[in-house]
Amino acid sequence: MRIAAFGASAGRRRRSVERRPLAGWAFVSPVVVLLGVFLVVPVAMALWVSFSDWNGRGSPLSSGVGFVGWKNYSDLLLGGGLATQNLGTALRNNVYYVMFVVPLQTGLSLFLAVLVNRRILRGRGFFRTAFYFPSVTSSVAITVLWLFLFSASGVVNAVLGWFGVTGPNWFSEPSGLVHLVLGALGVEQAPAVLAGHGLLGISWWQWLSGPSVAMTAFILMAVFTTSGTFMLLFLAALQQISGEIEEAALVDGASSWQRFRLVTVPMLRPTVLTVITLGTIGCWQVFDQIYTGTQGGPAKTTLTPAYLSYESAFGNQQWGRGAATAFLLFAIIVLLAGLQRFVLRERGVPRRRRFVAVGPAATTPRTPEVVPR
Amino acid sequence: MSATSIRTPGVTGAGPARRRPRRIGTIALYVALAALALIYVYPFVVQVATSFKTDADAAADPLSLLANPFTTAAYRRLFLSSDYPLWFANSVVVTLLVTAGRVFVNSLAGYALARIRFRGRGLVFAGVVAVMAVPGVVLLIPKFLVLKELGIYNTYAALVLPLVADAAGVFIMKNYFESIPASVEEAARIDGAGTFRLWWSIVLPMAVPALVTITILAFQGSWNELSHFIVASQDPSLVTLTKGVAQLTSGQLGSGTQYPLKLGAAALMTIPVAVLFFIFQRRIMDTSTGAVKG
Repeated sequence: MRIAAFGASAGRRRRSVERRPLAGWAFVSPVVVLLGVFLVVPVAMALWVSFSDWNGRGSPLSSGVGFVGWKNYSDLLLGGGLATQNLGTALRNNVYYVMFVVPLQTGLSLFLAVLVNRRILRGRGFFRTAFYFPSVTSSVAITVLWLFLFSASGVVNAVLGWFGVTGPNWFSEPSGLVHLVLGALGVEQAPAVLAGHGLLGISWWQWLSGPSVAMTAFILMAVFTTSGTFMLLFLAALQQISGEIEEAALVDGASSWQRFRLVTVPMLRPTVLTVITLGTIGCWQVFDQIYTGTQGGPAKTTLTPAYLSYESAFGNQQWGRGAATAFLLFAIIVLLAGLQRFVLRERGVPRRRRFVAVGPAATTPRTPEVVPR
Repeated sequence: MSATSIRTPGVTGAGPARRRPRRIGTIALYVALAALALIYVYPFVVQVATSFKTDADAAADPLSLLANPFTTAAYRRLFLSSDYPLWFANSVVVTLLVTAGRVFVNSLAGYALARIRFRGRGLVFAGVVAVMAVPGVVLLIPKFLVLKELGIYNTYAALVLPLVADAAGVFIMKNYFESIPASVEEAARIDGAGTFRLWWSIVLPMAVPALVTITILAFQGSWNELSHFIVASQDPSLVTLTKGVAQLTSGQLGSGTQYPLKLGAAALMTIPVAVLFFIFQRRIMDTSTGAVKG
């Protein structure tokens, strides 16, 4: 027998056949138990650790562990010591990483999608495969490859050599790009106003360094490995734009660039939003590459909050500080994702368009899972 | 853009099938595509080539695709005098267990959330969605804490069980079950089939497309996983490929580069996911929504 459903999704629920509470709970219990034990409980424990002075010995729940309130957080944010300095450096590095990776990966993946979306294109399957392949490999394998490509006597420097450029020893070069440009313009010393003041333990001059040469190599790697995934998202969305709309614009006399800018791009807006949000979240989680490649060096210029959190806890046994760093990172990700949703929210585009990209992503491997961490 | 989308016949005028790239724009397109494809593919080709080089040759001529002299020293060292075979075996075991586990529990839960009415269903689903939003990287310390507390740190269970807990797969399965009609199950139910038998013999066979999707995701995800393995054990006998290769890379950067060895190790570990990708390429790359909905 059927039971009338209630609530907003009544139509959908009517498909449910009958009330079977035992079967229902039996079916969901493995997932509920697993998620509870390995996600919810651990997060709660780590939250406690971030307010404690646990030193890694014994259980963090034992009676010998003291509650220290906001101390771990204030050491990080206000202490002014090495902890603050490390956090400031890690945040600066990651901000530059996001600032470069997100626009580059979004732009490149859209560009690739437009190129391979043409109706008549020889070798279309080959090109799509070529662009997507880096996305399926592990971040460890790609990092190993990157260390070789960007080594002092590696492939990239060999190519630069064709043009008479002597490439740097990428992964050992801590100079920031902005500092290098300013140096080339003759600004070698930091202006006193920038050197004398700062935020989170590092001076404004250091904040304005730009990504280091080593970090730039990681930036290029992120763009290389994620553009294929996002290309597929854009392709799915491009195929939703009907030929009629394109033709209508054509009849109106729009040039191909105008059609792209005024018709295609606005209709892709929801997908752009998705790509930017997923890209930003992914960028703030960069860990595997740093662990495999540089461990935060040279001169801490590839240190990221995720790696710093790991290093404080597992390396220096400062578990409270490590856990607090992780929760600060969590807060940053949530805040930025929310902020982006707000700033880039849709204006005037029909709501259902929003599901163009999300719909297919639900049943094909295009969930955030695929985005390299 | 303009050359091919305007439907005017070309000079030869024999219809779209015989239209040949003539315009400069089309040529430029192919040149751009070829250059980009070269940038995307060449690193992997040079990776394989370099793994057959000597250290000196790899540094002297990094761009060359021909090893001179050709040597399998890197692979012999990996297989005969390192723990690489052990890492590989561990990765295979962990990946198979995680994949089987995820497919089983996710399809159970996805079915229940889509089709079975029970008190608390909305709450469970809300919980699954909330959990999905937690970024994985903030879970490193939490996972270590709970594995210690449960006393399973340094065991295979620690490597496998936390990875089986996966909210995204539940979401995928639930969406899929909601997209297929319930009439077949209803007929089977009238015949008196129990819920579990109904799920096993009627529902799962209908859900093969979604099962393939979460199998691919689970396999790729657990094979490529690194951070969880770092925090779940420190026993050398439990090292998986990602962790082993990462430590090989970071540990020996100071003393000689050994790029052929490292690149060979990285190339070999890419093969299983590459094979999976090429088998299921059509499904993974399919961007038309029609096929996805099954």
